[in-house]
Amino acid sequence: MSADNITHYLCIGCPLGCRLEVEDNGAGDVVEVRGWGCKTGKAYGRQEHTDPRRVVATSVRIRGGRWARVPVKTSGAVPKALVCEVARAVRGVEVEAPIAIGTVVLANVLDTGVDIVTTRDMERA
Amino acid sequence: MITPELRHLAPRYDVVISGGGPAGMAAAIGAREHGAEKILMIDREREAGGILWQCIHHGFGLHHFGEELTGPEYAQRYLQQVLADDIDVLTDTYVYDISPDRQLKLMSGSHGIRTIEAGAVVLAMGARERTRGAIRIPGERPSGVLTAGLAQKFVNMMGVLPGRRVVILGSGDIGLIMARRLTLEGVEVLGVHEIMPHANGLNRNIVQCLHDFDIPLTLSSTIVDIRGRERVTGVTVAPVDEHLRPDLSRARDIDCDTVLLSIGLIPENELSRRIDLRLDPVTSGPVVNSTMETSANGVFACGNVVHVHDLVDFVSQEALLAGRSAGDYVTGHRPPADNIRLVPGDNVAYCVPHTLSTDREHVVYMRVRKPMEKCTIRFGDVLSSKVKYVFPAEMVNITVKPKFLENFHDDTLRVDVVQR
Ligand code: SF4
Repeated sequence: MSADNITHYLCIGCPLGCRLEVEDNGAGDVVEVRGWGCKTGKAYGRQEHTDPRRVVATSVRIRGGRWARVPVKTSGAVPKALVCEVARAVRGVEVEAPIAIGTVVLANVLDTGVDIVTTRDMERA
Repeated sequence: MITPELRHLAPRYDVVISGGGPAGMAAAIGAREHGAEKILMIDREREAGGILWQCIHHGFGLHHFGEELTGPEYAQRYLQQVLADDIDVLTDTYVYDISPDRQLKLMSGSHGIRTIEAGAVVLAMGARERTRGAIRIPGERPSGVLTAGLAQKFVNMMGVLPGRRVVILGSGDIGLIMARRLTLEGVEVLGVHEIMPHANGLNRNIVQCLHDFDIPLTLSSTIVDIRGRERVTGVTVAPVDEHLRPDLSRARDIDCDTVLLSIGLIPENELSRRIDLRLDPVTSGPVVNSTMETSANGVFACGNVVHVHDLVDFVSQEALLAGRSAGDYVTGHRPPADNIRLVPGDNVAYCVPHTLSTDREHVVYMRVRKPMEKCTIRFGDVLSSKVKYVFPAEMVNITVKPKFLENFHDDTLRVDVVQR
């Protein structure tokens, strides 16, 4: 077992914050997750090591709305490595008031199969 | 969400709720459920919903709705219910005075100065952020020093960035969330400094807001100087010792144009003081009984005005009870008075409510003073509950069923959290 194959994670399952140690066989497969205090942490370590995902929430320009921005999110979790790129892609979007919650403002962002949708209604000012 | 303009403001309501955030909305729904007819919810912003509109990240509602929502989604669901319940919503309006006989003075953008009467009042004004003045950071007084929540409103609602190079003081959740939010907008977040030896925010936020973007978190460190004449040009940070005294010999300068403060919340109790409500010195909020009624008859309180919560779900739960109790009060269905006073004991900072009655089930919220693992929460010798851990940053809630209190005949009940 070489130290190169060990990655450390902080479990986010509860405030105990167990320090997880994930051992990898070098090909991306998990050999063992250590350091967990419960099953949640064991599963989290595996998921976070093999396929970490995040929901991205940001806001986009809206013309004629009560506020200058309307909040949006990804309709599902996207790979963690794409978070910044997704945010950048969304920065160029501009919509027009009124708009309803759940409206798709950018479909299939970066070919992830995930849409960018509004998270509130916004009426015209 | 359309908040309709309230055309007719009646001179008298059964229940008036001061504050239209998560607490106010749940209280309004509770008052309707328990029979109040004319209900008015007042908010000082342009729209009800409170701070949730600007908390655009997700993670709300897991307890309450059983799914993870963003703040705006949580707000909109509630506000839709409030409007469907035919509750009068008055926005752009301050309640600036209240009397013990429940006359409220309002200052309203659309209705001017008005006085209205209320059968019952629910105080749901929430909390505000501590500012630079609260911790007296030395240095110049340039622009560019603001609270994390204000920066959040700038970015998420007004579309304005607070600066280009940011240092964050305090590792509360709002500060961590803003570290990520600003990074996603292309702002450089240089680091988060926390005076305590441990982080204040959730581990989830430490990982997903800091680690994900390689933003450094420096513990036992604080800002000892802010420089700049017109605009912030830099700060000096220094490590602190175990008495939180900075060691200036190890200070270092950081060039930045913005300082965000995430250093805690203070319940907004100006109105509570107008009617001399009994306040709890630990929570800085009103003392409440098991119906969330304060020391003034017919005046109820809930949410962050009573004690600062960490999850909105519990605000909603507590506020629903306050609203229902206000409904009971105006329809003449008050439950029997409380007969047991809770006394915070070992490792318990406070309990809310402050008193209980033996005839009903209660949820008691409390906060501990220090972290403990494998411990027991004890209510005198009538109830003991084992828990895996307690943390000061995480509110504990525990259900007390009437059967536990059946044979309890004392009038005070001590609450302890002890090591097993
Ligand atoms: S492994 Fe279990 S006990 Fe440890 S932090 Fe994660 S959820 Fe909590």
